[in-house]
Amino acid sequence: MTAGDASARSRTASLVLAGISGALFGAGLVISGLVQPARIIGLLDVFGHWDPTLVIVMAAAIAVYAPASRRLLRRRQRPWFEVRFHVPTRRDIDAQLVIGAAIFGIGWGIGGLCPGPGIVAAGTGSTSGVTFLIAMLAGMYAQHRIASEPLLRPRHLVPRGSPTGGEATPVP
Amino acid sequence: MIGVASTLLLLTHGRIAGISGVTGGLLLRSSPDRAWRFAFVSGLAVAGVVASIVAPSAIGGPVRSQSALVVAGLLVGFGTRLGNGCTSGHGVCGVSRWSTRSIVAVAVFMTTGAITVMIAGHLS
Repeated sequence: MTAGDASARSRTASLVLAGISGALFGAGLVISGLVQPARIIGLLDVFGHWDPTLVIVMAAAIAVYAPASRRLLRRRQRPWFEVRFHVPTRRDIDAQLVIGAAIFGIGWGIGGLCPGPGIVAAGTGSTSGVTFLIAMLAGMYAQHRIASEPLLRPRHLVPRGSPTGGEATPVP
Repeated sequence: MIGVASTLLLLTHGRIAGISGVTGGLLLRSSPDRAWRFAFVSGLAVAGVVASIVAPSAIGGPVRSQSALVVAGLLVGFGTRLGNGCTSGHGVCGVSRWSTRSIVAVAVFMTTGAITVMIAGHLS
């Protein structure tokens, strides 16, 4: 076996495991009822017919993840397929965080779907799920655009080698 | 199960299982690692496909009109990218790390979500 074989095999394994993580996550969302917009609305209907059962689901996920992730980050130098762990380190509370979360909450309250359940719902093939997912991707795209982050777009629109994706290139 | 899945992604890829972040990265030209993101998101969608066959009753129908869902999707997409996270990234992973940013984010989106549902309830 050559080194090339080994790296190709590890790449396949890494993608399979990422897929399994996603599928497990999705299964968890389905089983716990988080993909049902009516249940989400119930969770958020604090001033009406409040249904706090989903709080227990979230708490259970945290009860598993909190000790497991802490142990993992303490014991291991690096993850299996990456050079290092990518864990957020920011601590500042800025306007973007608060405004972004506020906008997300409004959308969540309107549709009863957040990103994970939205993707699962689209996977079921329901029109509403697909509609929501497309709109969500458009919203993400719009935010990236406003923040002028380099976006994925058709190659011919992007000058090669331009670190900004060509957007901020001054006209000579 | 969500906790186990998030732990698995951290162990294998060293990433926070924040759905909005993983998905948003798919749209960025700058991310060199779109392959695993695509694999993860595909896994989520596959869970939906399987659920629709095995347990169709577990998938609730929409509670709002299509046009409302368009507005909802736009706000969710925009808001989660601006605020760097959603229910999974801030809610599960962030709170697990006892991150102040995440706790603030969760408090804010639960509050605006609750207010939105209250207003929607009064309108309908």
